[in-house]
Amino acid sequence: MLDVLIPSSGAGKAILAAILLGAGCGLLGCFVVLRRVALMGDAISHAVLPGVVAGLIYSPDRSPIFIFLCAAAAGLVGAGLVRALMATTRLKSDAALGIILASFFALGIVWQSRNQQETVGVMNFLFGNVGSIDSSDLRMMMMTTSLLCVMVFFLKRPLLVVSFDEGFARGLGYPVKILNGVFYFMLTFSVVVALQAVGVVLVSAILITPAAAAYLLTDRFEKMLLLSMGFGIFAGIVGGVISAGISQIPTGPVITLAASAIFGVVYFVAPRHGVLAKLLRTSKRRRIVMRENTLKAIYQIQEAEGFAYEDVSVIMLAQKRRQTEEAVRKRCASLLKHGLVEFSEDGISLHLTSPGWKRAMELVRNHRLWELYLTNEADYAEDHVHDDAEKIEHILGPNMVRQLEQELDFPELDPHGKPIPQPQLAMQGLEPFSTP
Amino acid sequence: MATPALETHDLTVTYHKRPVLYGVDVTVPEGSLVGIIGPNGAGKSTLIKSIMGVVPSSGGWVKVFGKSLKENLHRVGYVPQRESVDWDFPVTVMDVALMGTYGRLGLFRRPGKEEKRRASEALEKVGMLPYSNRQIGNLSGGQQQRVFLARALAQDSDLYLMDEPFAGVDAATEAAIIALLKEMRERGKTVLVVHHDLQSASEYFDRLLLLNMRLVAFGKVKDVFTPELLQKTYGGRLTLLSEVADRAAKL
Repeated sequence: MLDVLIPSSGAGKAILAAILLGAGCGLLGCFVVLRRVALMGDAISHAVLPGVVAGLIYSPDRSPIFIFLCAAAAGLVGAGLVRALMATTRLKSDAALGIILASFFALGIVWQSRNQQETVGVMNFLFGNVGSIDSSDLRMMMMTTSLLCVMVFFLKRPLLVVSFDEGFARGLGYPVKILNGVFYFMLTFSVVVALQAVGVVLVSAILITPAAAAYLLTDRFEKMLLLSMGFGIFAGIVGGVISAGISQIPTGPVITLAASAIFGVVYFVAPRHGVLAKLLRTSKRRRIVMRENTLKAIYQIQEAEGFAYEDVSVIMLAQKRRQTEEAVRKRCASLLKHGLVEFSEDGISLHLTSPGWKRAMELVRNHRLWELYLTNEADYAEDHVHDDAEKIEHILGPNMVRQLEQELDFPELDPHGKPIPQPQLAMQGLEPFSTP
Repeated sequence: MATPALETHDLTVTYHKRPVLYGVDVTVPEGSLVGIIGPNGAGKSTLIKSIMGVVPSSGGWVKVFGKSLKENLHRVGYVPQRESVDWDFPVTVMDVALMGTYGRLGLFRRPGKEEKRRASEALEKVGMLPYSNRQIGNLSGGQQQRVFLARALAQDSDLYLMDEPFAGVDAATEAAIIALLKEMRERGKTVLVVHHDLQSASEYFDRLLLLNMRLVAFGKVKDVFTPELLQKTYGGRLTLLSEVADRAAKL
């Protein structure tokens, strides 16, 4: 029945194989990444090698089902031994995984080299070769991947709860041990499905990298599953097509590089957890801080002169900010753009607009309130509070300000004796230079 | 006499052959609000984990409303420590609250309208409904603790076991939690809370369970919150007991 779905051309087969392995590994990979058992995936994939060798030796007609079952059995034995090592010694998972991974892999290699004639195709299993996948392999891959998808579909919620909070899952009455067993079964199956295309050595890459990329992109589990499958399939197709086109290149490394490339792109451009987004956020933040500091400086100059003059010259501002005139002009241009200041006609001086006054007063108030809070409530020395307040003044919201004011009993002076401005009163028309 | 909400007999827990909890016998009547207090390493968390079967006990038994825990598991709600989970996990506040309803659904049934309503109600009670769609990592410590409580409320159990729900929460959350606990008691629920602050313990709870590797005392606050019993609880580890335990473990 499944044969209808199997394309006759080599390229068609390669693409179908890529879709199957990408889907299976993408699905399971999400759980692997979230449960932090990435190394377990690696250990299982290396541990299947003796099983593959056994399958090649003992199955004269190279039945894929037989090889598959041997490989899966070896993988499960490996995973079981890791758990047993951890339970009976004081070794933690990393050391236990390292021991089992290396021993099984070495055993596979030694066994294979003693039986070179029977195990001619073993290189395909080591580094992957999409070209070596035939119809019977594909049939087996299709069955396994469908089984995996159905199982994940039905067990998604219990598996999620067990991964998130095992103790709570027990409290719910979930059969936690069985669910964990099922998870490792599925993990082994997904590894074995990908084996012929990606190879023992690199299977864990197709398991972990697409899921990790998806994890950076979304905070929703369903979306993560879909994205991870999509990335896995995409990497599989790219790798399959490239390595089929150029002989001599094994498929596994190409698929792995394709997955890594996806991850690399996501690492930079992910909207929330990506590096580029973080950089942009920081630089925007920094620009706001510089702009607001300039605004505050204008207020402070005015305050020093007893609010006697309406205008502040750019030169004075530059002196106050200890910056070049050019730099200050740039900040002022940004203030102008936001409607916080207006320049005089000759462009030599500027004055605050009504919203400018409000924001400047808020900033100065935040700064002084915070200084007062630190000295009064947190027992900071007076000369230790300025730097902290320089940062806090930009991020205090209205709720925090109200709380601070209440806790400090609506103070009028800061610890250095300077008055704390009250922008809410100023807005009722009490600001200096209010236009009638 | 009415069936007690919780009864343990000779409950003993060993870690790597070393006993951490010795023969705890306790009978908690229904509708009481119990604080479990004791010094660090006294086995407070271990006690409720072993009642829940999260850590295996090496001896003794637990009965919940007169039956084994397994038979009455659906009547028990568990609130683990906040640090026990990865808050970067890609689930929303609503997803976590919904987990509380999973126990009755079994492994395969999907949560429907009724479950969502219960989860929303629970979130409403702890003041977290406006945050339903937030990923749980974007919450403050106090808010995260409220989400954990909402998940337990959605379970609609009769007996609750809470592991340090007041750890690392702000004053407003602490007050909200204690109000919630008292309301739960009014509705006849039984709540056991691991608590680290001795000062507030006598105000918050109506019964106290004093623990230091074994049960020191259990009873109404006015009977057990006495200098002698507190001295007995906090007056250092039981040196002889733990030394013998160490030796036994090495055998």
